[in-house]
Amino acid sequence: MLLREVEYAKPASVAEALTLLAADDGARALAGGQTLINVMKARAASPDALVDLNGLEELKGIELGADGTLSIGPMTTYAELIASAEARARPILGEVCATIADVQVRNRGTIGGNLCSNDPTNHLPPLMSAIGAQMTITGAGGTRTVPASDFFLGVYMTAVGPGELLTRIHVPAGRHDGFAAVTLGVDGTCIVNAAATWDGKLRIALGCVDAVPVLVEADSVDDVRAAVRGARLDPPSDVHASSEYRAHLAGVLAERAARQAAG
Amino acid sequence: MDVAVSVNGTVYERDVEPRKLLIHFLRDDLDLTGSHIGCDTGNCGACSVIFDGKLVKSCMLLAVQANGAQIETVEGLSEGDELNALQRAFREHHALQCGYCTPGMLMSATALLRDNPSPSDDEIKTALQGNICRCTGYWNIFEAVKAAAR
Repeated sequence: MLLREVEYAKPASVAEALTLLAADDGARALAGGQTLINVMKARAASPDALVDLNGLEELKGIELGADGTLSIGPMTTYAELIASAEARARPILGEVCATIADVQVRNRGTIGGNLCSNDPTNHLPPLMSAIGAQMTITGAGGTRTVPASDFFLGVYMTAVGPGELLTRIHVPAGRHDGFAAVTLGVDGTCIVNAAATWDGKLRIALGCVDAVPVLVEADSVDDVRAAVRGARLDPPSDVHASSEYRAHLAGVLAERAARQAAG
Repeated sequence: MDVAVSVNGTVYERDVEPRKLLIHFLRDDLDLTGSHIGCDTGNCGACSVIFDGKLVKSCMLLAVQANGAQIETVEGLSEGDELNALQRAFREHHALQCGYCTPGMLMSATALLRDNPSPSDDEIKTALQGNICRCTGYWNIFEAVKAAAR
């Protein structure tokens, strides 16, 4: 497919990338491109200019702090995270990334791209919501760090504004996590997914059922189904699942994720 | 935009539009038509190439992103006029019917065996997950890769 004409720049620093993004309302950051290039083919996105973040070492890498927290560069690919010894401090991260698409996409697609595209069927928005990740956003006005609950704003929309970039992802220490999904084929697009973490109580984030991950809390695995019912989900219907079936799956998958987290 | 791309060890210098996908650059500008366009949506894997040592789908990269990169395509697999061991295993195990997916399958298997010369059955299946074949039912492809791995 021939893309619409587009300009291209490959900045050498985050500062240069921010300048390029701020200078042009039609500029978009290009991360792994495993979503953006395809939606450009379909003209669902038609940026005037692409600012390629590949090669910005400042946005790569995973560091493990002495307190067990992880600092993840958003341009880290899924494959790099899966292979990272540091990332094993929070094993669910690598486990979930290993179920995203296929080898080729995992070699190119990035953690930050998954979060910033915020497609409701993506794996990482609910996961980062459940485990209480925080995102650092940088722009001309400086740097701010927001919790996941303030990061995901709507379908394809996040707190990263025009002229800004997600520059770091902070993951707290913890090991008691779970994830469950029903997908279109093995490791395909999620129909519903659920991420859970246990830290004395269960925090569960449901994906694919609303514009942003839906958080529910429960005291025990036995309370999860009731907690999901209490969220009064009204998920969308499509060719893959009716609204009623998605709502049913949300309860089933929340319980599976919670059982893994609490187990 | 001027780019210099190494493909199978040969450096090509070309002027490309930023909107050109890497797969179109390989096929139309360099006349390397071994890599195929199947779905053009990143699903089928027929356009798979090795990009700086990593297996990627060349329909989801821009040609300008390959500036300075080392690319390997199916044209680079044979040893002179002879098929390499993996290609021979595909022939011996009848691992293709129409052959459309084969260049991508070969590149995925090449990337696998380079990183992991003795993969388990599950590792072979996972490595081929991004490549769709509509003829074979996959079994003979799996058998060919397994034979080449020994």
